[in-house]
Amino acid sequence: MNIAAHEGLLKILGQVSGYIYPNEIEVHWSILIVVYPYLTGLVAGAFILASLVKVFNVTALKPTYRLALLTALAFLLIAPLPLLLHLGHPLRSWQIFFTPNLSSAMAMFGFVYAWYLMVVLLLEIWFDYRADMVNWGQTAKFPLNWLYKILSLFSKDVSPRAKVFDKRMVKYITILGIPSAFILHGYVGFIFGSIKANPWWSSVLIPIVFLFSAIVSGIALVMLLYMIITPSRGKPIDMKCLDKIASFLLYAAIVDFSLEILDFTHRLYESEESIKIITDMVVNKLFISLVVLQVLIGMVIPLGILILTKAAKFNQELRKLLYFVTAILIQIGIFSTRWNVVLGGQMFSKSLRGLTSYNMEMMGREGFLMALVLLIAPFFILAILIKLLPPWGKNPDGE
Amino acid sequence: MKRINFIKLLSKSAIVIATGNLFGTVLHAATKSVSVTISHVKRYALGIQIEKCIGCGNCVLACKTENDVPKEPFYFRTWVERYLIKKNDDVVVQSIEGGAGKLSTEMEEKDILRSFFVPKLCNHCEKPPCAQVCPVGATFKTEEGIVLVDEKRCIGCSYCIQACPYGARYMHPEKHIADKCTLCFHRIKSGGIPACVEICPTQARVFGDLESKASPLIRLKRMKKIHVLKPELNTEPKVFYTDLDGEVK
Repeated sequence: MNIAAHEGLLKILGQVSGYIYPNEIEVHWSILIVVYPYLTGLVAGAFILASLVKVFNVTALKPTYRLALLTALAFLLIAPLPLLLHLGHPLRSWQIFFTPNLSSAMAMFGFVYAWYLMVVLLLEIWFDYRADMVNWGQTAKFPLNWLYKILSLFSKDVSPRAKVFDKRMVKYITILGIPSAFILHGYVGFIFGSIKANPWWSSVLIPIVFLFSAIVSGIALVMLLYMIITPSRGKPIDMKCLDKIASFLLYAAIVDFSLEILDFTHRLYESEESIKIITDMVVNKLFISLVVLQVLIGMVIPLGILILTKAAKFNQELRKLLYFVTAILIQIGIFSTRWNVVLGGQMFSKSLRGLTSYNMEMMGREGFLMALVLLIAPFFILAILIKLLPPWGKNPDGE
Repeated sequence: MKRINFIKLLSKSAIVIATGNLFGTVLHAATKSVSVTISHVKRYALGIQIEKCIGCGNCVLACKTENDVPKEPFYFRTWVERYLIKKNDDVVVQSIEGGAGKLSTEMEEKDILRSFFVPKLCNHCEKPPCAQVCPVGATFKTEEGIVLVDEKRCIGCSYCIQACPYGARYMHPEKHIADKCTLCFHRIKSGGIPACVEICPTQARVFGDLESKASPLIRLKRMKKIHVLKPELNTEPKVFYTDLDGEVK
């Protein structure tokens, strides 16, 4: 064992209160496992926003449709990395895909991920962009034109009939995509919710709470991106679109918050054996991240702002500012939610007699910097995707 | 070759492969059932007599030595807990260095109502949640009922550690696999008994085959009142405790 790790554990040993099983000193699921559900949540949420346009014909959201799809793709491509980096033997990870243990919730990762990436997102993006890619394949300069030809799989048909077919396919895939997005994030929640040994995680509500918090975070992210990207292109923000996104954000946040309150009330009312240690944990270990960041800053204040903007007749500029602040606060709140679920579940002992601590390392494979890189990386991928496949349908050369 | 012929050839090959697989599976199942009927399958388990444990910690040291468990005080295949129950019903639990170290008490002897030691280890559950959640099947139950880890298969995801209600697993700091008690599988396969059982000076640990009437464990189960840890989780543990106090979790 390396000396730094040994000293780190000795330090935590000094911070243990009450009694914990001796093997519980080390927190095994670190910040990377916090990042993983956060990223997949953004994917599912962004996709749900996109689906509102195609399935539910919410035309006001059209300006964000393609942006939402590309955002979902950019984040989905990075989503498995925190899992991979966390593994003790990353090179053996292929076993999850090829020889999975079918009774394991985690083993479903390969199927769910492959399905969502290949069948839902890539296919929908391909059909939606196919006609554009055919055009760009003819008008763009070398070597981009070849890239578009390859991306469009050398299809050439841009007849109205072919476009109608594309449109129909996009609608079918989106219809399939909605339950898939639910499965993608519901399944991540199930990984935690199915652990009966852990009273903080073991709840049928966890997958549903995960799902709605995912929708909230995804919608808020697309809203944020739309508000940053549009002015940077020198275009005006479509306020009708922005107001509509804010409305959906409000509805999703209300459902999400109600579910969280239900979970909280249920735990308190049932008052099972674990309630004492869980209360201790919330008060002594998670007060800032749960009460302040998740509930107050990440949910109550954004909810208040969104309700206020709906009730009062604020002017456009003030609304934009409030939406912008709300979207950022919600990201902080949902990240805190993931933090509290993942790390909270490991801070109390399964003996229900004591608490341990999580000391986040800065460097290293599972450190803060790595988590930061993984959180920033999707934005770079999104920038490349936007450059290659402009959501606003212009020639990528800018001509 | 015409397209239609190619497709026909493909479908025929698929049928041949599928039939072959089915035949193989049936054959495998048949041979397995034959081997089961021929050999007497053992079902190993452990009994722990709390009233006999003196908290010497020899079992912890023996286990660490026998199984190359890291010496640091964060990794244990087995450990011993000391319970001090005060007159006001407060409970103090300690497990300093797994029972192998020195225990400290900062309370007056007159305040203590009762005290006892509880050795802990993997419960080799009949329904092991750790094996259920392992994404690659690296944790598995042998036909003797012992829960083992295939070190060459474990990917080190720690899901089993999260799923174990008893805190019986740890991430090995050098091997990066989720290690656990094997009931000294290497010893019992050659007719021996687990190191912790062998070294116990008071015979608090009783090892045996649940399928054998002559097993000391069966005798223990017949003579004593038996409890298991966290029965409400329905993991069906196979570490049986006598005189288990309600405070032990």
